[in-house]
Amino acid sequence: MSDRYAQLVNTPIGKLVTKQIGLPQPSRLERYETVPPIQTRQAVISGPVLLGAAGAAGGTSSPRLVGAAARILKAIDADVLTPMDEALRTAAAQARLDAGVFNPEAAAEDQRFKALVFDATGIASSDALEQAWAFFKPAIRRVLSSGRVIILGTPPEDCAAPPMAIAQRALEGLERAIGKELKRGATSQLVYVKPKAEGQLESTLRFLLSPRSAFVSGQVIRIGPAAAATGKFDWDAPLAGKVALVTGAARGIGAAIAEVLAREGAHVVGLDVAPMADELSSVTVRLGGSFLAADITDDDAPAVIADHLLGQHEGVDVVVHNAGITRDKTLGRMTEEQWNKVIAINLTAPQRITEELLARDAVRRNGRIVGVSSISGIAGNAGQTNYSTSKAGVIGFVQAYAPALAKRGVTINAVAPGFIETQMTAAMPIAIREAGRRMNSVSQGGLPIDVAETVGWFAEPGSAGVTGNIVRVCGQSLIGA
Amino acid sequence: MNVTARRVAVLGGTRIPFARQNGPYARASNQDMLTATLDALVTRFGLEGEVLGEVAAGAVLKHSRDFNLTRESVLGSKLAAETPAYDVQQACGTGLEATVLVANKIALGQIDCGIAGGVDTTSDAPIAINEDLREVLLELNRTKSNASRLKTLTKLRPQQLLPAIPRNAEPRTGLSMGDHTALMATEWGIGREEQDELAAASHRHLAAAYDSGWMDDLVTPFLGLERDQNLRADSSVEKLAKLKPVFGGPDGTMTAGNSTPLSDGASTVLLASEEWAKAHDIPVLAYFTDAQTAGVDYVHKREGLLMAPAYAMPKMLARNDAALGDFDLYEIHEAFAAQVLCTLRAWADPVFCSERLGLDAPLGSIDRDKLNVHGGSLGAGHPFGATGGRIVAALAKALSETDPERPARGVISICAAGGLGVTAMMEAAHV
Repeated sequence: MSDRYAQLVNTPIGKLVTKQIGLPQPSRLERYETVPPIQTRQAVISGPVLLGAAGAAGGTSSPRLVGAAARILKAIDADVLTPMDEALRTAAAQARLDAGVFNPEAAAEDQRFKALVFDATGIASSDALEQAWAFFKPAIRRVLSSGRVIILGTPPEDCAAPPMAIAQRALEGLERAIGKELKRGATSQLVYVKPKAEGQLESTLRFLLSPRSAFVSGQVIRIGPAAAATGKFDWDAPLAGKVALVTGAARGIGAAIAEVLAREGAHVVGLDVAPMADELSSVTVRLGGSFLAADITDDDAPAVIADHLLGQHEGVDVVVHNAGITRDKTLGRMTEEQWNKVIAINLTAPQRITEELLARDAVRRNGRIVGVSSISGIAGNAGQTNYSTSKAGVIGFVQAYAPALAKRGVTINAVAPGFIETQMTAAMPIAIREAGRRMNSVSQGGLPIDVAETVGWFAEPGSAGVTGNIVRVCGQSLIGA
Repeated sequence: MNVTARRVAVLGGTRIPFARQNGPYARASNQDMLTATLDALVTRFGLEGEVLGEVAAGAVLKHSRDFNLTRESVLGSKLAAETPAYDVQQACGTGLEATVLVANKIALGQIDCGIAGGVDTTSDAPIAINEDLREVLLELNRTKSNASRLKTLTKLRPQQLLPAIPRNAEPRTGLSMGDHTALMATEWGIGREEQDELAAASHRHLAAAYDSGWMDDLVTPFLGLERDQNLRADSSVEKLAKLKPVFGGPDGTMTAGNSTPLSDGASTVLLASEEWAKAHDIPVLAYFTDAQTAGVDYVHKREGLLMAPAYAMPKMLARNDAALGDFDLYEIHEAFAAQVLCTLRAWADPVFCSERLGLDAPLGSIDRDKLNVHGGSLGAGHPFGATGGRIVAALAKALSETDPERPARGVISICAAGGLGVTAMMEAAHV
C-alpha cells in the first residue's frame, strides 16, 4: 500500500533529484483525520479564499451564485478576499463577510490563496468568457499546495439562450485544463447549479473546499432543487441520529466509508459475508455501530437486510452499495462463473436491495442511496470486461433510479474511484501500478478515505440537491477522462 | 457649573515653513521653534503680555529635558508668564488633539481662549545612551561603598558606548510606518500611479497657494526659510514615476515622492470663545464644532496601522447627522499618499463599512476637487506634532473665504502611529 516514490519525492534530496530529471512531483495531500476520537474540530479550509464573479462589473448577465457562496464562506469562517469590484463587495457585505481586497499587483508572496471560487453564472456569451481569464490570470499562480479552484456555473441545459448555453458548457474545458496546470496537489472542479437551487450549494462547496475532496479533481457536479427538506442538522456531525448501511464494510474502501460515516455521527450497520465476520465486527464495534453477516447475492438477502433495518432501526437513512469484487480475465478466457459472479455482486445486488428497501418503505425521507462505480466502468479496462460492465451498470443504476427516487425525497449518486491504494492495487505488477498511480493530475494514488469522504458528502442531509451525479475520485486520472 | 457648550472660534494660526531633516533648522531645538511660532502668533494678534487660558502643544520626538516643553516655550515667549501650559503627545495626532483639548475647555467655559500647537524636529533628535550603560550608571549611583562602586565599574564594556538612536518603527510590530502603509496599500490594491497623482497635486496646490500670496498670513519665515523646503513646484506625475520604491520591496509602489519626508517645523492656532474674540476685536474665521479620536488593533486583528481615521469619521458624522459627502472642504493628512487612498477606498467599500464600521451602507466617496485644496503634507512636509496646527489654521482660513451666503463645512482626518486617528469638523463663521 505504501507509495515509496511519493515518500522519496517528499524528502529534500529526493525532491532535488527527481525535479532535476523531470519526474512527477506528488505532494502530500492534506486530508481530514478519520479515526475517532477526533479532538479538535477540523477546519473546512485552512487558508485565504479568493471569491470572484463574472458579470459583476458591467457584465452581460448578473452573477447568480456569488451571494450564496459568500454566505457559505461566512458560515465556515473563511478568510476571504475579493477583487475590488463594487457589486462583488456589496454581495460580500450583504453576506456579512469581512472580505479583504485582492490586489493583482501585489507580490505573489503577499497574497496567496487556498482556494479560488469563481461564479461564472454571469457569463452569457463566449466573448464574456474573457472574464474568467481575467479572474484567474493574476490568481492562478497564487494557489497554495492542496489548494482548490472551484467554478460555479449554470447547467447548459437550463440556459434559455444558445450563446449562454455554449459559454456555460465551455467552462468544462477551462476547469479540466486548470486541473492539469495546477501543481502541489491542488484540484479543480466545476459545479453546475440549476436556477432556484442556489440554496443547495453549501454541502458541496464545503466538501470541495475542504481536505475531504483531496483526490477529487477535474469533476463536473450538478446540483438541483432539494429532494426533500433537509431539516436542522449540525455541520460538524451532519449524520447524527442517522442510520447508514454499508455493504462490504469489513475492509478496504468499505471500512473507510464506515469510519467516515461514523465520524459524521451516523450509526453504521456494516454488512459483509460470513467469512469476513471477525474483521467486520471489529470495524463496527470500534465505530460504535452494528453488523450484519450476509451474502448479498443470496435470494433472501434483500429481505434479511430490510428485516434487520426495520426491526432494529425502524428504517435506514443512508445505503452505500460498496460491496464489489474483481475476477479478471480477458473475455476469451473468462468463465461463466467469473462473469456472473461479478455482475451479481457488483450490479444486480444493489438493484435488488434497493428495490426491496423501497418496496417496504425502509428508506426514510431525505434518504441517500450511494453506488460505487469505477474508472474501469467509464473507460473500460483490458482484462476486466465483467468488472467494467458491472461498474458502467452502476452509472445506469444511478441514472435510472434518480427521477423516481427524487419523488420520494431520496437522492442517488455514485463515486467512481480511480487508482486507490488498497490491497487490490498493491497486488498489481509494478509497471501497471506505477502507471496507474502517476497518470493523473496529482501524480499519486488516492486512499480509501478519499472515496469514503466523497460518499460522506453524498450522505449528508445538506446534499439534498445533489442527485444523479457520478463523481470520480481519481485525482483527474488521464484514464477514462 | 456650566453645562451648556459654547461655540469655539478659530481666530487664526501661523507656522514656520517646514524644513527637511538636517536642513536650515538642523540646529534649532523643539523649544526654539515652538517659541518662535508662539511669538509669531502673539505678534499677529497683539497678545503681548496677555494671560491666556492655556497653551497646549507637544512634540513626538522629545529630549528628556523637554518634559515641560510647552511651558518653557511660553516662559520664553511674549505671552504673560502667568499663562498655564502643558504638553500633549499623541504621535502625529498631537497638534489636532491639542486643538481638541483647548477647544473643549473653551466650550465648557473653563477658559475663554487658548493656543494649541505642535512642533517636531527630526534633525535635533534625542539620542539616548546605551541601555546597558544606563543600567550600569544607575547601579553605580545606587551603590554606597567605594569597593562595590569599583566592582560595578568592571561591568562597563566598549560596546556600551554605542548610543540608542530612536527608530521610526512600531514597538509592537518592529515594522516602520512605511512598511505598515505598504501592507495597507497591498490590502487595498492601491497602485503607484494614483499615489503619484496625489503627491503631484499636493505640490501643485501648495505651490499655487504660495504663489497667490494665500500662505502669507499662515506662514512666518524662520531662519532664512520662507517656503516649505520640501515643496517642488515643478513636481509632476512623470517625474515622480522615476523614483525607486522605498517601502514594500522592489515591486512596492511607495517612493520618497509619495511618502512624507522627515521634517522640522512648528505650528500654532488661536482659539477662543465668541465673547473673547469680540472683546479683542478679532474676526472669527471658523468654528471648531466636533472631533473624534479612534484606535485600531493593528497587532492582533488584521487592521492597517493607519486606518484609525476611517473608524473615527463615521462616529463623528453620525453624531452630527452628517454624511461624508456633505463637506465643502476635506483635509486628509497625507502621511503617505497610500494612506489617503486606502482611507478613501475603505469609506466607499461596502464590506469595510458593513463589517468593520457596522454601517448599513458605505460612507461613499468624496469630491476629489475639495481635497487638500491648498496642498497637503506631501508638499509641505510633516513635522509630526506640527501638522495638526497647519491643517486647522489652513482650513479655518479656507472656510472663511467660502460663499458668505451659504453655510460651509470642512472636515479633518489625521492618522497617527500606534493605530490612532483623529478627525475633526469645522464650519465657516458666516453660517
